[in-house]
Parts: sequence; structure tokens; C-alpha cells
Amino acid sequence: MIPHSALLNKAKDRKYEPDPAQAPTEDYHDIVDQLEKEGEWEVHRVPEPYVEVTNKFGRKKKIPIQQTWHHKSCGQCGHIPGYSTSVFWLNRKLGLDYNDPTNQTSCTAWNYYASATSNAAAQGAVAMRNFAAAKETGYFPIIHCATSFGHYKETRQQLIHIPELRRDVRDVLAKLGRKLVVPEEIVHYSEWVHAVRDKIAEHQVVDMSGITATIHPACHYHKLVKEDAIHSPDVYGGQRSSIITSTLMALGIDVRDYSTWNDCCGFGFRHILVSRDFSRSFAVQRKIEVMKEEADPDVLITHDTGCVTTLDQSQFAAKAHNRNVGLPVMSDSQLAALAMGAHPYKVLQLHWHSTDVKPLLEKLGIDHEKAWAEFEEACKRLESGAAQYLTWEDCDD
Amino acid sequence: MTAKPGTLDLSGRQYRHIRHDEKERLFDEVKKDLRFEEYLYGCYECGICVAACPSARFYDFSPRKIAQTMAREDADLFYVMLNDSIWDCSQCFSCDVCPRKNSPGGLITLMREVAVKNGLASAQEALEGYGRVVYKIMATGTQVSPDMLQANAFPDWGPHVKDISENLEVWRRALPPDTMHTTETSWHVDDKTITELYLIWHMTGVMDMIKEVDEGLFMILQDVMEDRLEDEGYDVSFD
Repeated sequence: MIPHSALLNKAKDRKYEPDPAQAPTEDYHDIVDQLEKEGEWEVHRVPEPYVEVTNKFGRKKKIPIQQTWHHKSCGQCGHIPGYSTSVFWLNRKLGLDYNDPTNQTSCTAWNYYASATSNAAAQGAVAMRNFAAAKETGYFPIIHCATSFGHYKETRQQLIHIPELRRDVRDVLAKLGRKLVVPEEIVHYSEWVHAVRDKIAEHQVVDMSGITATIHPACHYHKLVKEDAIHSPDVYGGQRSSIITSTLMALGIDVRDYSTWNDCCGFGFRHILVSRDFSRSFAVQRKIEVMKEEADPDVLITHDTGCVTTLDQSQFAAKAHNRNVGLPVMSDSQLAALAMGAHPYKVLQLHWHSTDVKPLLEKLGIDHEKAWAEFEEACKRLESGAAQYLTWEDCDD
Repeated sequence: MTAKPGTLDLSGRQYRHIRHDEKERLFDEVKKDLRFEEYLYGCYECGICVAACPSARFYDFSPRKIAQTMAREDADLFYVMLNDSIWDCSQCFSCDVCPRKNSPGGLITLMREVAVKNGLASAQEALEGYGRVVYKIMATGTQVSPDMLQANAFPDWGPHVKDISENLEVWRRALPPDTMHTTETSWHVDDKTITELYLIWHMTGVMDMIKEVDEGLFMILQDVMEDRLEDEGYDVSFD
């Protein structure tokens, strides 16, 4: 019988040492390069300067700092537009060159995982068309959605291991007049935020040391091709992905743990659109309420389209049933932008969110009433025809 | 005797009228997928995948049973799963934690594709109400567009949805990125990009799948795509 004390005592002498030999798959860098030598595809190299990060098994991954081609997320741009806007705002404020393309489609994976009305060749061709479009601009792709990120990594695995699929996709691309181009790394925007977190902290103007946060890591970030997710020894001893947590720590935020950290948000792809009773139940009962009971955070930070959507939008209906909800949800990009002084409505676009963010803004000393009046004033200018669009310059007024 | 409502009837009684060779044919279709070999290696029956699975907490659903069924090559049970279980999966891939390196979520992706390709009634039922989303992604290149945020579609999300839909045009112009002033798509997608997307759907047989699962949607998409491709000088038919 295991003594009860053994469950409580921490194994202080046990240390997790990442070991590349323990990774469940081979190092894709080697195979991607080998296939380039064999003329199977072109590799789009990560531009300098880049930051080298460590993944779960101690392999290195290059994260580009600028000259980034922003593979936008349809869900973020569609119904959480402050998410992507904050990513761009951070680039601008840090003086980093980026490209916001119109020659880009969605990865179409939300639909694929929801309805299966597609197939491996189509999904591969959509991914490779976008990558080829990025290569021709000279900017390196950076993926905003965790599902796109995970799906593209799966697609890369399939193209590496299934020569017939690689040939089919190459043939489709050829008929579009495009070559097969694979990025040297598939990079999620939150990895970029992680890579520049110290720069963000240098420009921080809002003190966040008084707030507490919980984080939710996206399944498609750290479970799909899990050996590629960023891990750091200073976060959970390197045993969990350090993504988001590392950024919040750099901003001085008290990040708190909770027992269902590893659980999914409940998005479900088809469920969030046509079977939301499941998504709501899971998000509230397995995530929000557990966080509230165990960690009592001021805010929940995540890094994916579906996770922000489910965790934020599911709380309204639960409130009617007196569930323990009311936890504001935003992306790491939005919180990082807020820390650097971004406007809560012109940049973060928090009026597109469901759960009340005002208590959090008040705790951070941000006058949300004044900020909302400024946003409304800007909208009046647009309605009157005095201006056609809100500009980046308007965001600094 | 029938199974309790909400429980998965594994007896296969409900599909006795389906010929066994038809079940075998569909199973073979899944096994022929080039990805199948990478998704199934066997099963320890340890249940780690079930412990990690969100759907298993709310439905009578088990990724272990999916992997077991496939590993045992049980065509009758496969047919039950194909119709009565796979659409409960969340496709989060939490089950990729498998110590045997199986991907039950990946197997389900393949099974769903086969269900759609063969126009199974269960697939049509699962995708009821989903047609507008398929239309958006296939026709415009982006999925959840701003104009889909309507209070009657998302009444449970809160009153802000009504505010968004009433102020949509102005609030989209109140976004600083130039690419995001759109209402019908999530960002502005170039015409040439859309043309390339339609050609991808054509060359990879995706429209054939749509035809099987939703004939009406197929006809609408066919009109939109053929018109554009003809305008761009392509002689392409989706028939």
C-alpha cells in the first residue's frame, strides 16, 4: 500500500530533464531539410533575428521576431477582432516589420474538424497555398489560431510521411502555378509573444502585479504534435508547456494553478456552433468554476480562437442558473497590449467580449468609462462621414 | 429491448438490417486512408484517452472503444460507432496522450470523412444546421464571419451579440487593421485567392463529398464556384 504521506511529499530530488531521445517523433527539421535536398519541396527559412526556444523534449525551435506574415484566424477576425488587432498593435509599438496579407484563406480546419467535409489532399493544398503565398512576399508565416497551428503541424507530418499525399498536393499546387513550400518552423503567434515578452515588459506602463490570472493552454497548441510546444524549466519544472504563463510572469502577474489545467475548453468545433449545450456545460463546469473555486483569478488568459470564444461566451447563460461564473477572458496578445497602454476598446475591442471586464480594468486603474466615451466619439466620426475608418494613429489619441 | 435514451447501444441490433458486407466496405474505406497506419497501433485498454476526453464526461462516448473497435476489426461495432458515436467527439485530440501512440481523434476524423463521402443519414443529421458554415468557408475562404453574429443565432452568448449586429458596419470600420473592415468575411480575401481555393476544392474532390451529404448546398456552391471560375477563364464543372 502506498502511504498517504507519499502522496503529499514532493519529490524534491526529482527533476525533469528534457531529452530529445524521448520525443515520440523524429526531429522534423532533419527530414524537412532532407526532403529539400531531394527536391521534394522548398524550405522557407526563418529570417534573422530570431529567438531560439526549447520544446518539451529539449529540441530547439526558431521564433522569428519580425518580417512576419500574419496568417489570420477567421474566428478571431470575425468575432474577437481585438485579438488580432492587439497582435498587430504589439508589432507596431515594438517597431517590428510585419505583413497583414489579403492573399490568405482560413486554414479551413475549424470546418474540417467540425464537419469532415474535406480530405487530406484538400487540407494539405490549402495549407501549402498559404505558405507559398507567404514565401513570395518574403515574410515568414506566423499563425494566429492554435487550431490552424496544430492542423498545419499535422499536415506537415502527413506530408513528410506519406509520399503519395505529398505528390498529390504538389500536383495541385503546380496547377495553381505554385511550388511546394514548407516553412522551416510552424510558429504560433503566442510563441512570438513569448519570445518578445521581455521587450513587452520593458514597455509596460500598466502595473499588473496586483492581479491574479489563470491560463488555459489550447489543446491544438500542446496536444497536437505535442513535442513542438514550448517548455521552460522555470514554469512547472518544464513538465507542462510554459506558453502564456511565461508571458504573464514577465508582466508581473500572479499566475495561479488549478486542477483541470489540462482539460479542453469544450469548443468541440461543431458543438460550439450547433450543439452548444455541451460546450457551455464543459466550459463552465470543468474550467471556469474550477478556476474560480481553486484559484479565484481576476482574469483568464488563453491563446486560441476557440478557447477565448467558448470560455468567454459560455458564461452568460450559466449566470442565469446561478453558476459560479463571471471571469473575464482575453488573449495573451490583448493583455500584453493592455500592459503596454493599448486602448481597451479601440485596440482590445473588449465590447465584442461577453463577460464583464470592467472590474478587471478598474483593478488595473484604467478608466473604462472614459475609454468607452472615446470609442463612441470615434464611432460618431465614422457615422458622420468625418472619417471613413479608425486608424492606428487614432488609437494613440 | 432498446438501450436507455442517451446511452450508446453497442449490441448492433439497430443496424441488423444493414448487410455485413456494406459495413465491411465502409470499414475498408477507413483503413485505406493513407493516414490510418499512423493513427492506430493497437490498444492497451488503459483508458488514459477516456480520462482526458471532454466528450466522455458528457456523452456515452469513449475514444478507447473507438480504438478497440478498429483494432479488433469488428465491422458490426464499427458501423455502430460510425453512426451513433463519432459526432460526439470534440476533435480536441486530448486522446493523443495514448501511450500506444494511437490517435482515436484522428481515427474519428477518417470515419467522419467516410460517413460524409457515403452520405450516411447519421452524418446528414449531425450536420443539420451546419450548411451555412460550410457555405461560408468554401465560398468565401473564411469561416465565422462578422455578419453571422446575430442575436437569434447566439441568444445564449449575451446581449452584446445584439449590440454587435446592430452596430456591425460601424464597429468593423472602427478596427485599425485595413484588412478587417469587412462584414461578410473575417478579412478581405483577394479575388485570385478565392479562385485558387475553388480550384483546390475542385481538384481534391471536396465538392463530391458535399454533394453526398447536402445536395442543396452543393447546388448553391456549384453555381457560385462555376460562375467565378468561368469568369476567370477556367472551364471547370463540378458535376
